[in-house]
Amino acid sequence: MEILVCVKRVPDTAENEIEINSDGTDIDRDDLVYSVNEWDNYAVEEAIQIRDKVGGTVTVVTVGDDESEEVLRREMAMGADKGILLSDGAFEGSDGFGIASILKAAAGKGNYDLILTGAQADDGAAQIGGMLAAMLDRPYASLVNSIEVVDDKTMKIGREIEGGNQEMSEIQMPCVLSIQTGINEPRYVGIRGIRKVASVDIPVHGAADLAVDASAAGSAGAKVKRLDYFVPELGEGAEMLEGGMEEKIDKLVELLKAKGGLK
Amino acid sequence: MAQLFTYIVHKGGLVDDTAAELALAAQKIGSGASVTAIVTGTGADLDAVCQQASKFYSQIWKFDHADLAYPNAEAIRKLLVQLLPSDGIFLLPHDTFGMDLGPGLAVKLKSAYTADIIGIDAVEEGNLKIVRQEFAGMAYTHVSVDISDGVVLTFRPGSFQSEGQGAVNGQIVDKSSEIGELNVNRRFIEIVEAETGDVDITKADVLVSIGRGIEDQDNVEVAEELAEAMGAVVACSRPIVDAKWLEKSRQVGTSGQTVKPKVYMALGISGSFQHMGGIKGSPFIVAVNKNAKAPIFQVADVGIVEDMLEFMPELTEKIESA
Amino acid sequence: MEITLTPPAKTFFALIPASVIYSLIPIIGISIFIYMMVIRLRPLQKAAPDVRFNNMRDRMYQLIKIWLLQYRQPRYMLAGVLHILLFAGFLVLGLRSLELIFVGIIPNFVLPGLGGAAGKIYGFLRSYAATWVLMVALIAMVRRGICKPARYEVPEKYGKSHTGEAVFVLFMICILVISESIFEASLAAAQTQNNLHAHFLPPVTLPWFFKAWMANASMPTLEWLHGLSYFMHEVTFFTFLCFLPLGKHFHVVTSLFNVMFMRLERGGVKPVKHGISDEKLDDLESFGVKKIEDFTWKHILDFYSCADCGRCSDNCPANAAGRPLSPRFISIKGRDVIFKKYPLLGKSSGNGGQPLIGKTYEEDEIWSCTTCGACEQECPLGIEYIDKIVDLRRGMVDEGLVPQSLQKPLRALEKRGNPWGKLEKKRIEWTKDLDEQIEIKELGKKAGAKTLFFVDSITSYDDRMQSIARSTAKLLNHYGADFGILGKAEKDSGHEVRRFGEEMLFQDLRDQNTEAILASGASCIVTSDPHTYNALKNDYSGLPKVEHISQFLMHQLRAGALDLKPVEDAAKVYAYHDPCYLGRHNAVYDDPRNVLDAIPDLKRVDMMRSRDRSFCCGGGGLMLFYEPEEEQRMGVLRVKMAAEAGANVIVTACPFCLVNMEDAIKVAGLEGQMEAIDLAELVAAHIK
Repeated sequence: MEILVCVKRVPDTAENEIEINSDGTDIDRDDLVYSVNEWDNYAVEEAIQIRDKVGGTVTVVTVGDDESEEVLRREMAMGADKGILLSDGAFEGSDGFGIASILKAAAGKGNYDLILTGAQADDGAAQIGGMLAAMLDRPYASLVNSIEVVDDKTMKIGREIEGGNQEMSEIQMPCVLSIQTGINEPRYVGIRGIRKVASVDIPVHGAADLAVDASAAGSAGAKVKRLDYFVPELGEGAEMLEGGMEEKIDKLVELLKAKGGLK
Repeated sequence: MAQLFTYIVHKGGLVDDTAAELALAAQKIGSGASVTAIVTGTGADLDAVCQQASKFYSQIWKFDHADLAYPNAEAIRKLLVQLLPSDGIFLLPHDTFGMDLGPGLAVKLKSAYTADIIGIDAVEEGNLKIVRQEFAGMAYTHVSVDISDGVVLTFRPGSFQSEGQGAVNGQIVDKSSEIGELNVNRRFIEIVEAETGDVDITKADVLVSIGRGIEDQDNVEVAEELAEAMGAVVACSRPIVDAKWLEKSRQVGTSGQTVKPKVYMALGISGSFQHMGGIKGSPFIVAVNKNAKAPIFQVADVGIVEDMLEFMPELTEKIESA
Repeated sequence: MEITLTPPAKTFFALIPASVIYSLIPIIGISIFIYMMVIRLRPLQKAAPDVRFNNMRDRMYQLIKIWLLQYRQPRYMLAGVLHILLFAGFLVLGLRSLELIFVGIIPNFVLPGLGGAAGKIYGFLRSYAATWVLMVALIAMVRRGICKPARYEVPEKYGKSHTGEAVFVLFMICILVISESIFEASLAAAQTQNNLHAHFLPPVTLPWFFKAWMANASMPTLEWLHGLSYFMHEVTFFTFLCFLPLGKHFHVVTSLFNVMFMRLERGGVKPVKHGISDEKLDDLESFGVKKIEDFTWKHILDFYSCADCGRCSDNCPANAAGRPLSPRFISIKGRDVIFKKYPLLGKSSGNGGQPLIGKTYEEDEIWSCTTCGACEQECPLGIEYIDKIVDLRRGMVDEGLVPQSLQKPLRALEKRGNPWGKLEKKRIEWTKDLDEQIEIKELGKKAGAKTLFFVDSITSYDDRMQSIARSTAKLLNHYGADFGILGKAEKDSGHEVRRFGEEMLFQDLRDQNTEAILASGASCIVTSDPHTYNALKNDYSGLPKVEHISQFLMHQLRAGALDLKPVEDAAKVYAYHDPCYLGRHNAVYDDPRNVLDAIPDLKRVDMMRSRDRSFCCGGGGLMLFYEPEEEQRMGVLRVKMAAEAGANVIVTACPFCLVNMEDAIKVAGLEGQMEAIDLAELVAAHIK
């Protein structure tokens, strides 16, 4: 099975507070470190597991600048066979539609039975998978948390839906799926693994190679534009209890009693 | 102004809370223009849902078809593409259905798409300025959307709280005859219900809910002791279940249980919308978090900036000694 | 000398001269034994290289102390004394057994040198040896077969009990000493009956008893007993010899080599592959141990040598806490894999336990080890576990088999140099809350100092442990050290990164730290974290001298500078908990105790398990991020031990111990009755 996995390099925000820069144009990126979007990592692991079961190749692709090559290498160290970097100044400022258009062009250069994306990213809108599927006219499912390959043409998939329930469907290939975390346990990628693929050639495709139109990608074609980052005025936030630990606890116990929070 | 449409999510003959919320959002965008709600399904449940939806919308389009018995995003997309005007404004909830339908629908309609909206800042000719969050609620952004070729918008559930019961008494139009071909390549099989655990957190009056701040599996015990002292039940956010420290049945949030307690104590929970989406009713929310900037403090009634690991045993002791 | 009984060599089996049979028995026995040894040696030849032919003087010293003098045996008094007696008996009687082989071929053979007085003394000695060996074997049989100490039990998941094998071998030992004694006694009885010269049989020995018993036996009976006992001895002896390589009694053969080649230095970790420099590591096809032959030859020898005595597991804190790890079965399962893959007869069965992880060892089992070293400290045969565990982990890391809970901290260490992924600039945040005006220099281009305080991650970032950093700074300042820190340039020492098998990440951290340390210009390093101490001392190279803060304080004590005020609360009883990486791995046991004792009026007790038998708190570094299934926490067990010792304050000298102890006090419900404090904190609080 030929599998394409779309990944993205994102700021690693787990432990660090996100601060907004002084003019509100961006978050403060000075002290940030980057890694592959968590959901995408699950998608790559799933692709590798499927390949290991039924054969084929796994290709990882990303739209980004030169630095995005780092996440491709990490995913290749994980076990992806090929990496493709889609990079061009003309891609800057693309909205979701633009990114999906670029990926569509890249997908069109291969013959992929299955395309995976992460369900969402911290700085995204959970949109690329669905758009890409529609552009390619392929069936799509979002928030996929289980995949079972039935035969050459069919897969049985589960989607995570409300209430912790799982929606089971049968989907025809070729198709696009966006992957939810928890579908598998992604393997560890050590420094050694990354070094092993350090010299593997990663082709870079620009707008011309992909024949992506300026109206589809880049800021000119974008209908959706982020204007700024801001911190909302916290008018209606919580009543903050102040003082020492003991004081806070005393106040809280009173409040809890009043609200029926204590038996 | 372009025509406004919403999609009504429903289950078991009951409309979802988002029906009223989307009506409010649509009114804000259309400044009072008429809004059409699209309801798909089949049988008696569908009729009941249309009735309920008519309280919020002046016009209901009803689509009754056996193939629409389960809301399959692919089938519904086919239906909508046949139906919607090319410059329409289409509103969806940003839930597991909206995420499934929205992006592809926008592509097929050649419309713009913006997801997970929590506020509308400005409505201009051919343009919308909306509010979204990024980085799990740690940063807000204003986003401008060109809606001249139509737009598909998904709204975060709970962002537009309607107060009244709705008394529009809209007109229900049966459009079932306009349904075209609905063949799909993704066929729904069944719903696998989440395993119910030893306790039902949806029935508890008081929940002590723990998040990432618990740090270590062993500290779950400390939370259990607090819950015991309070006469509460322990619940949690998704990371705790992902770490397998508590059962899935204890998870509050859109991908877990929906709870309606009187008091909700969120300990070490940052307050992602997926988590808050699982809290209905209007509980008294107490938030304890060592990060003073945690988004949970914006939705909580009472906030305390402390390390939950130090706070919990002290509170337990205080309650037990009282 | 006239001999009344026919020597075995002159008897006949039917028509065949016995000397032929008695020549054949050793030839066949020894041939089988050699054949077995050749097969047993094969995996050693295929195994990874190891460096064990160095420091032969030290090795001889170890050999005499641990093998010959059985130094570690009395740590378990009863079993130890029994073993020493058995071992000594073996050494004594081995010579006689050798002599007896030839007796069946050459009539009245005597080993060269044992003809005269030496032979008489030897005869005297061996009679008593035979006696005590029989008694010990009988006691041991009762102990193994009837008393059944818990230590020897084999949990169901690890297979069948080894009691049968043990009792069978003890039985053979009994047969050997009894037959040898009867052989000798029957001749002596016959000689005496005929008023001829008989060998002197020392009183109250086995042959002496037999002689008394046979005093009135008829000559044919004696003749018969003499021949039969010899035959029994020879057959049993060679059966015994060929039985040894089949199981746990292989240690009788291998222990000498195992002890001789045992590891001499503690603290460090073996390189990924001996003979491969760090720069060449990238060229290796595979990392760590994935299949049995990936172990070094010494480690395979370890598997052969395990006597299944269970001391390692008895001391293993992971085992005590109910984690899925019992070091003894690391060895026994390893041995079973080799025996199956390199069978004595027939074809190699199965897939030779490949891959080891999943087939022979479980992932959780290998992650359960805290590398505390209690098992290695205890093993009377010098079997190693830490290097094997680390090698298996290297293999798992190479295959990507790392628990999710460990992946996050590892990635954070790679990107940020600390396991929480906190900002580099926040590494110096602990300096902000110093209660006194102490200038903390950040060493580098602008500032220099004689002493570098290497703080390490947990002490820099953890709110509670920052207090140790501040106390250490206070002590260094008070006692006049010209010191500074690396600040942002400091990375995690990587101590646990290495022990968790991520060697390349460790090397990255090591290289960054080494560069920063050398650039600081400091001429000595002080740390309050034993893991850091061990890393810088044993994992790094080319650094200035490294000291733990307790050693720094010891210098002050020796110089008479340690001026401490008395403890305020006389009711407090302090127990010092030896951190594994200060005590066992680096033999710093007395300095912290002496420093504690320098606080006037301080009452100190030692826990039952202290010094080199200290019980690990639960492990440090990355272990904090990994939760294997366990019945209870090691820390809780440890806190209870302190309570049993009558202490109400546990003094540690390691931030990880402090984390685990403080948690354990809460979990054990001992809040208010027990507290934990770091040595640096305690001493800093008592500065005059």
